[in-house]
Amino acid sequence: MTDVTPATAPLLELREVDASYGATQVLRKVSFTVADGGMVALLGANGAGKTTTLRAICNTFVRTTGEIHFAGARIDRLPTERIAAAGIGHVPDGRGTFKGLTVRENLRLGAYLRRDTRETASDVEKMCAHFPILQKRMEQQAGTLSGGEQQMLAIARALMGRPRLLLLDEPSFGLAPVIVQEIFRILRQINRDERTSILLVEQNVRLALDLVDHVVLLETGRVVASGLPSVITADEAVRRAYLGA
Amino acid sequence: MQALLHQIFSGLANGAIYASVALALVMIFKATHEVNFAQGELAMFSTFVASSLINAGWPYWGAFVATLAFSFVVGVVIERVVMRPLQGAPALNTVVVFIGLLVLFNGLASWIFGHTMREFPSPFPPAAWYGSSYLSPHEVGMIGVTLVVLTIVFLFFRFTRLGLAMRAAAENPHSSRLVGINVGWMLALGWGLAGALGAVAGMMAAPIVYLEPNMMSGVILYGFAAALLGGIDNPWGAPLGGFLVGVLENVAGAYLVGSHLKLALALALIIGVLLFKPSGLFGKTTVVRV
Ligand SMILES: Nc1ncnc2c1ncn2[C@@H]1O[C@H](COP(=O)(O)OP(=O)(O)O)[C@@H](O)[C@H]1O
Ligand SMILES: [Mg+2]
Repeated sequence: MTDVTPATAPLLELREVDASYGATQVLRKVSFTVADGGMVALLGANGAGKTTTLRAICNTFVRTTGEIHFAGARIDRLPTERIAAAGIGHVPDGRGTFKGLTVRENLRLGAYLRRDTRETASDVEKMCAHFPILQKRMEQQAGTLSGGEQQMLAIARALMGRPRLLLLDEPSFGLAPVIVQEIFRILRQINRDERTSILLVEQNVRLALDLVDHVVLLETGRVVASGLPSVITADEAVRRAYLGA
Repeated sequence: MQALLHQIFSGLANGAIYASVALALVMIFKATHEVNFAQGELAMFSTFVASSLINAGWPYWGAFVATLAFSFVVGVVIERVVMRPLQGAPALNTVVVFIGLLVLFNGLASWIFGHTMREFPSPFPPAAWYGSSYLSPHEVGMIGVTLVVLTIVFLFFRFTRLGLAMRAAAENPHSSRLVGINVGWMLALGWGLAGALGAVAGMMAAPIVYLEPNMMSGVILYGFAAALLGGIDNPWGAPLGGFLVGVLENVAGAYLVGSHLKLALALALIIGVLLFKPSGLFGKTTVVRV
């Protein structure tokens, strides 16, 4: 299996990252990169450590060792809020919306670190263009939204921070296929127009492979394969294990 | 009828104090799910500081504002220095620390300021035009000050970026960090605001109960009752609970249980709410879909 080394320095690089919850070690020597402007899918079976990898990057819930570099700086010892400030947006597992706050307040919080009030306001409009349902729900408490609507809100909230890298943990979870198609279309558009890099964890492997330009395969906390989607899908063992074909 | 009205109005005045205390308790509870047993003693200590400033020749409102600032800083420092290292510690440890703080501030006040009761001035002159047969000028003043303070607090939480961040941090610390909020500082700010609110209550209560190290022991009980009655999780309910408890206390004290059993009434309220309506009278009923 060939690994494609990007010509420019990667935006995100994990070097031999271990991660554990208390005494339970979950990630072992995980190394991979996300190119600036790239789209990477992190795939693997349930419990492989995908969510944990995203948590390790944001330094939440897990303790990590090893090095994580982002935009040329080490971030693995920074507190979560500083990692967000460095330009990483995270749509976490379980969505993490502020259920007691309104949709508008959720979006405002996504832009918490920004001071450009006018552009923030126009970004709210942009999010409503991406996800028209949010416009209708604007003054409602996020907790009253359906699961799919909350997922859209979570994505919109992360985008409000204008991240350089967007981490998405199963954004299609619980959504109707049409909406999933729509979300993936928006991700592609954001990647193309804003050059937002994307690290995507996704159960819907075919959809993910269709979107990204690079794949990292995790198995019980280890990277077992990494490469172009076409190369990954060509591997017989991988096909059988993860693509059900 | 006249007498009843009188009891109700002066109950509202006392209620103003309970409202501030209750809101201070709720503010810390929302953020940490802990009840700050030391809130009353902190308020008492702040009031002694105000008294010292006034005795040193400061004008009343200058001393008032300086005391708010002092109490805010004390609240922030307590969170940073004492509470922060306890994060994730068992609840009992935290309770012990709260009781420790209570004893500490009580002792400090006795040691620095002494045990003798002191007069504490009211900024509202006894003959002011807004006094009436129902409410003395000080009572009107303390309702007014409380309403102004409550309004400022609510505008702050509703309309400012920092207020929104504090609400977010209280509701979902993990997501808050993901959007770049420094949750630790939000907790410290909450403690600071609670400290300042308590100081308002202390300075408004002192002209009535006199200034001495145990001046808040009754008030804090009513404050707890108010917070529980309004809903310990509900910043809108707490002040309402405060006014309600104030009126209940006065009316029941005059017509039902007599003044000796008034404090027992507060306890009965606390127990009653915990038993029958733990989320409080105005407890939030949020519809949450998953
Ligand atoms: N909070 C936690 N405490 C302890 N173990 C956890 C925790 N969260 C996840 N794990 C364990 O870590 C492993 C990887 O989980 P996760 O990263 O959520 O996998 P994935 O997202 O790939 O399904 C699993 O074995 C899971 O049981
Ligand atoms: Mg997961």
